[in-house]
Amino acid sequence: MSTLIETKSLTRVLAETVPVTLVQDITLSIGEREFVAITGPSGSGKSSLLYLLGLLDRPTAGILKIASRDTGPMDEEERARVRLSMIGFVFQFHFLLPEFTARENVALPMRKHGVLSRAQIHDRAGDLLGSLGLRDHLDKRPDQLSGGQRQRTAVARALANDPPIIFADEPTGSLDSENSEQVFSILQALVHERGKTVVAVTHDLDMAARMDRRINLIDGRIDGGT
Amino acid sequence: MRLILEIALTHIVGRGRQTIVAILGVAVGVGFSIAMAALMQGGQDNFVEQLVNTMPHVQITDEQRHARRQPAETVFDAVAIFGLRPRDDRRGIINPTAVLSWLRGWVPGRIAPNLKTQAVIRYSGRDVGASVIGVEPDTERGVSPIVDDFTEGSFGALDAGGNNIIVGDVMARRLGANLGNTLTAVSSEGLTRNFKIVGLFHTGTTARDEGEAYVLLKNAQILSARPNAINDIRIKLLDPNAAPPIARRIEAEFGYKAVAWQEANESLLEALVIRNVIMYTVVAAIMLVAGFGIFNIISTITHEKARDIAIMKSLGFAEGDMRRLFLLEGVSIGFAGSALGWLLGFAMVYALSLVRFELAATGQEMTKLPLAWSLLHYIIAAAFALGSAAVAGYLPARRAARLNPVDIVRGAT
Repeated sequence: MSTLIETKSLTRVLAETVPVTLVQDITLSIGEREFVAITGPSGSGKSSLLYLLGLLDRPTAGILKIASRDTGPMDEEERARVRLSMIGFVFQFHFLLPEFTARENVALPMRKHGVLSRAQIHDRAGDLLGSLGLRDHLDKRPDQLSGGQRQRTAVARALANDPPIIFADEPTGSLDSENSEQVFSILQALVHERGKTVVAVTHDLDMAARMDRRINLIDGRIDGGT
Repeated sequence: MRLILEIALTHIVGRGRQTIVAILGVAVGVGFSIAMAALMQGGQDNFVEQLVNTMPHVQITDEQRHARRQPAETVFDAVAIFGLRPRDDRRGIINPTAVLSWLRGWVPGRIAPNLKTQAVIRYSGRDVGASVIGVEPDTERGVSPIVDDFTEGSFGALDAGGNNIIVGDVMARRLGANLGNTLTAVSSEGLTRNFKIVGLFHTGTTARDEGEAYVLLKNAQILSARPNAINDIRIKLLDPNAAPPIARRIEAEFGYKAVAWQEANESLLEALVIRNVIMYTVVAAIMLVAGFGIFNIISTITHEKARDIAIMKSLGFAEGDMRRLFLLEGVSIGFAGSALGWLLGFAMVYALSLVRFELAATGQEMTKLPLAWSLLHYIIAAAFALGSAAVAGYLPARRAARLNPVDIVRGAT
């Protein structure tokens, strides 16, 4: 099992008047096909860690390697390219672009990536949404979809460029239990059937217990054994 | 780039009402600055036009600009001359026939020789001092400001020959004379001659209406005892703006003072420069206000889209993409607004051109607003709108693109 994400002493300090340490001295490695939960009380730095790993934020100190590439020296363009091809994000809120239909939302990262032709992108977006049970809602805009449908569209969008890593920030946090279960099993299937690595922040310990591995944070540090 | 364009268009179309407000904002700014510029430019053009129409473009008189140089002055470096008595020059332009044919050879325009002389005009015991201008009706027609301004009689009556005179209506009123009466003119040479009034003109310029009388050139020459003399050549050019170099050339080659209308009206034109400064300040102020409006609307839209910027960054779009996207949105709105503003400006200028004013002073003259139709106004206004729109799209987008997506994603609902 090769390592996808590797960190060494990863630290993020907010440069306020009184510096706030969000994440401190995180050393971990996550391999392929892992289903990892990041847990911890609120304010423990779970989301901060996730955004650092997802290249949405830059660490103040430490090393982060994605697929063995050091992200430290990368410029913003380079990091954007890594996000585009290697990483998919699912947030607590769907964060779909309101002016675009479900299919267009899923198509956007592919269009940006520019590998597939327009027709292929069109088909693939349809297939992705179809595989998540949204075959009938391809051309609806986000405000015409239910919460669960939106979140599944967001998952489909995260999968658009077939990235090896999916980061999820409280992916079920704003859903009812039925939809939560549905989204959770989709994420689970991504790992077990499609071979993705899924790293999900959650405060739901039951859910975390059903995942393969749990990283518990307390005050920005990893708590105990991983 | 095409993707960015499509996203921009989807954004713009997706926010119908906001987009319409933004476009209208731009359009109003563009439209009003166009209308204002047309009005101000038109006013100025109209003023200059009137100036140009009533004046000869170049006027050559039998004067010299400088006192005659004494031969000693050209030979020695320093000369002091005392007790010099000016030579009694023969007044008038020397060899007028040769001069006129020389001028007609190269000056692009209409040329009329005159003899202008001072005389006292007398009627029923009343005297009025006047400039008696001897003209050749054929050539005068091409340069004269009075030909179309007759209240009674006509300029053509001079053609018939004989001792006829045309005077201004104010002068006639002061003399108590009417069309058909016979006036007596007494020249500074002491010669007296009777003229019959065959026309009354009213130009609106009081000095002219009460102080000028037109007779045939021959009659003026007789009256002033200067046979074949002329002392004034008036030129109307095809292109009034070409007057200064032509006047300079005439003066250089021919020696007599040749005054272009620009020189004759220097103080007026100076006032015009100040007016221009005021006009451009006003138009610039309108554009600035419009620019701020454009900036405000577009930057608000961009700020509202901060969340989308964060989302797209998380999807793998780069900062540069985001900047381009919002720049493009700003410019698109600027374009649409400019196009609409052109229509609006055109419509406003057209509407203004239909407005008619009645001048209180005369009661019968209808005047319309002077308007300039200039493509330049449209181009400048649109360029300004596009510029503000681009800046308005770019600045907030740059800030938003730099924002850490985490801050936005976290605080979002």
